[in-house]
Amino acid sequence: MKLLQKTKTDLMALVACAVVYAIIQGLILADIIGPFWQLNIVLIGINIILVVSLNLINGFTGQFSIGHAGFMAVGAYVSAVLSVKFQMPFLVAIAGGALGAGVLGFAIGLPTLRLNGDYLAIATLGLGEIIRISILNISYVGGASGFMGIPRYTNFTWMFIFTVFTVFVIKNFIDSTHGRACISIRENEIAAEAMGIDTTRYKVLAFTIGAAFAGVAGSLFSHYFYIAHPASFTFMKSFDILTMVVLGGLGSITGSITAAILLTFVSAALASYPEWRMIIYSVMLIILMLYRPQGLFGNKELSLKMLSRWTGGKNNGSTQGN
Amino acid sequence: MALLKATKLSIVFGGLRAVSNFNVEIAPGELIGLIGPNGAGKTTAFNLLTGVYEPTEGQIEFDGQSIVGMKPYQITQRGIARTFQNIRLFADLTVLDNVKIAYHFHVKYGLMESLFRIGRYHSEEDEIEQKAIEFLEIFQLADKKDEIAKNLPYGEQRRLEIARALAAQPKLLLLDEPAAGMNPQETQQLMEMIRWIKDKFNLTILLIEHDMSLVMGVCERIYVLDYGSIIAQGTPNEIKNNPRVIEAYLGEEV
Repeated sequence: MKLLQKTKTDLMALVACAVVYAIIQGLILADIIGPFWQLNIVLIGINIILVVSLNLINGFTGQFSIGHAGFMAVGAYVSAVLSVKFQMPFLVAIAGGALGAGVLGFAIGLPTLRLNGDYLAIATLGLGEIIRISILNISYVGGASGFMGIPRYTNFTWMFIFTVFTVFVIKNFIDSTHGRACISIRENEIAAEAMGIDTTRYKVLAFTIGAAFAGVAGSLFSHYFYIAHPASFTFMKSFDILTMVVLGGLGSITGSITAAILLTFVSAALASYPEWRMIIYSVMLIILMLYRPQGLFGNKELSLKMLSRWTGGKNNGSTQGN
Repeated sequence: MALLKATKLSIVFGGLRAVSNFNVEIAPGELIGLIGPNGAGKTTAFNLLTGVYEPTEGQIEFDGQSIVGMKPYQITQRGIARTFQNIRLFADLTVLDNVKIAYHFHVKYGLMESLFRIGRYHSEEDEIEQKAIEFLEIFQLADKKDEIAKNLPYGEQRRLEIARALAAQPKLLLLDEPAAGMNPQETQQLMEMIRWIKDKFNLTILLIEHDMSLVMGVCERIYVLDYGSIIAQGTPNEIKNNPRVIEAYLGEEV
């Protein structure tokens, strides 16, 4: 019974994804969505992957990491090296990028996740910068002038597949006993430990999975823009991702997706007013934090049930009004 | 053979000897109380037994094995579960999820099975849910399974914490002031519940408590802790009449 219910919602989500894909792909083919918005749609997908994966670390496991752009950079460069220097196919390059970022995440997570709160934030911030500056000084990958001549393999279809895949996998993780273990660490680390949960293991696991998906996002990124440049992966990028996580709600996947779409869209819409862009962006965030500090969705998920409750509520309201 | 045996357990924080020469021996199936004035080191003793602190000296044997130096989660996995003096629920999660988490280390499906929802994932998740609900039914919390834990009334939060500890399926249950903040009637119910779960789950229980009616009412044997050392042990009646215990609680006669 329960199983049937789950499969049914999964199937519905799959159909919804297919519909969204068909509509956007149709609009692209019909030339209604031009190259500028195509680029931004791909960016939205990449940002969703980044935000959902960072939310796994920051929102669900409750660890404060702000070095996500570093892992994205590792993914971007490793995959670029694989496809340019070794002529590997795209999927292998992406797998390599994910693996590279994941391994680094594991190696870094093991010592730094002993820290918590502010200390972890500082450590991950430093880590992101170390990665960027290391890349800057490796002439094999182009150093300061960036890694050029990367083939454009990423298109809307690939982006869509990987975005859906990321959300699917991370959502499944959250809904399992492993995900519950991570959430229990956020809720109360001492109690989690007293319930037989190896907290260090799960912190490192969440960090590794998050880093690996940042690597996927990086791979898609470098294979869309022909170039991987260290300047794309500064701590400003990390903050961008973090902003989206907080805006959407720590611990809400649907919130992350909404925030990634919204903020990428706003920053694209404001692209022709560069002097106003950061101001409007910042004011928006200040207002949101004043009136909704828990983020758009808090730690709740947007679901059909919730939607029907809202619309149901509105219907009741209107009948009462009559 | 003793289920839990602590010998000459001591811990020093800076210059303070919070617990020194702590000796207890608990046989399987016993219901033991640990009492003592405020600041005597009762909770510190619990933290030593559960691995939160590592003892400066001394030995702890559980089920025939030394557990000194193990991490708290390893000790829980060996069969010691606990509750906390200041309730530590997973406050923002539902009542049901709180209990489900305690099942964690009994779950067998692996990471890959959970990422792609294959293999044992579905059958085990269903089983976890079912068992968690059974536990909640025992503690009369089943109808509140979807409520957020922090929204429960105080007494129910205490009950949920005990339910959660039991869901980890321990051999030894440590209760840190389970009756704190309860009124006499609730305390009475709690007493009956403690007796009942002990038989039902075949448990051994060690409890810290200030409420003398509860301790004297349910415990078969009592240890008294003062200034970090055990000053007396015996049946409730022996303890009531022990001059050293009276002195510890009421002060010396002039």
